[in-house]
Amino acid sequence: MTKAASNGWTREQMAQRVAMDIPNGSYVNLGIGIPELIASFVPEDRTVIYHTENGMIGMGPPPAAGQGDPELINAGKRQVTALPGAAYFHHADSFAMIRGGHIDVSVLGALQVAHNGDLANWSTGEPDAIPAVGGAMDLCAGVKRVYVVTTHCTKDGQPKLVATCTLPLTGQGVVDRIYTEMAVIDVTPEGFRLVELAPGITLDDVQQRTGAPLLPIM
Amino acid sequence: MLQKFYPNVHEAVADVFNGAVVMVGGFGESGSPIELIHALIDQGARDLTVVSNNCGSGEVGLAALFKAGRVRKIICSFPRTANSTVFPELYRAGKCELELTPQGTLAERIRAGGAGIPGFYTPTAVGTPLAEGKEVRTFNGRPYILEHALRADFALIKGRAADTHGNVVYNKTARNFGPIMAMAAEITIVQAQRVVPAGEIDPETVVTPGIFVQRVVEVALPAHESELIKAGATYP
Repeated sequence: MTKAASNGWTREQMAQRVAMDIPNGSYVNLGIGIPELIASFVPEDRTVIYHTENGMIGMGPPPAAGQGDPELINAGKRQVTALPGAAYFHHADSFAMIRGGHIDVSVLGALQVAHNGDLANWSTGEPDAIPAVGGAMDLCAGVKRVYVVTTHCTKDGQPKLVATCTLPLTGQGVVDRIYTEMAVIDVTPEGFRLVELAPGITLDDVQQRTGAPLLPIM
Repeated sequence: MLQKFYPNVHEAVADVFNGAVVMVGGFGESGSPIELIHALIDQGARDLTVVSNNCGSGEVGLAALFKAGRVRKIICSFPRTANSTVFPELYRAGKCELELTPQGTLAERIRAGGAGIPGFYTPTAVGTPLAEGKEVRTFNGRPYILEHALRADFALIKGRAADTHGNVVYNKTARNFGPIMAMAAEITIVQAQRVVPAGEIDPETVVTPGIFVQRVVEVALPAHESELIKAGATYP
């Protein structure tokens, strides 16, 4: 692997770029990490309704200090608020929304994404790890559009966008679009296709750090 | 006259037996019935199979039940959270069995159990390690796996208010697994901040109808797991 590119998007810019692709009126489920940042970048002229799988639509930002309720939390178990129009529901209803195709967009993190859309994001496969899956498999099985936002490579420089996932799968053929600090990339029937490059990044830069062929921008 | 009102948490869990399957409501600390769990620790039942989304934090509530060595098997979706050390240690030492289930599949297995449905096909987990050994069937060209319903001997649930007929309302996202676990257990025990006479909860606002609830007990000021942990508390 070559040295990491000096240019490219920050975490916040990645979140902002994802936010551009979320249409007005969408019901959206955001994963933990960079996906959580997306809500603050949705353009003001759009109304986006956030679902949290522990049981609420209409989730708002974290409460002011001292104003929170330990029983009003998001899927990351952090305190949140309920916006006007919010609703609470039990877990079977919450996952009926997910599995039943009622959620428009899910934004997840990733350990690996393959060029056929396979996603691995729940297990590092290490023998002494405590296996934990949460709602990731339900989200990628049932949500209409599954977006992944992730660093382009692992901390030790290995590509996360690969020909075949070597880690345990979360879902088969489920990812629609990938956002990294270098580029926006679609998963198509022909494989990975570049949609947009971050400033200062070239197709060659991205290809060098991608473990499968990358088709040029259409 | 219905006899659903119990004067304290200890009497409410007195007949939980060794080897029982116990569903425990809550997602993290939200909705975790800590006082009922602590009463269960005092009561002493062991070899329990617990069905709950997580395995607790610190050494209070659900984590304390594990710490006391009462749980033979856990069926859950996410057995580790911040501050959770008790279950990982037991699991690595081979002292507690884990059945890992995707969160939505866990919820639907519980709902199905309560609704008289023995199994169902779901697209969740197809092609993953959690589908290994499960029947696959194709509907409209898409593969689904067979999952089996879950039922329990007891369910421990936290509500905001309950009436003497067992009707329950919840607090915000603390509702989570409460309504479906109430359906899936032979004996559902609800701890509520207020237990009120029948008629005080508007029937239009009831979330869990009383037919699914056998026992209600008032815990006016329930503890919050995060606050207990911050205070350095352990149980017992």
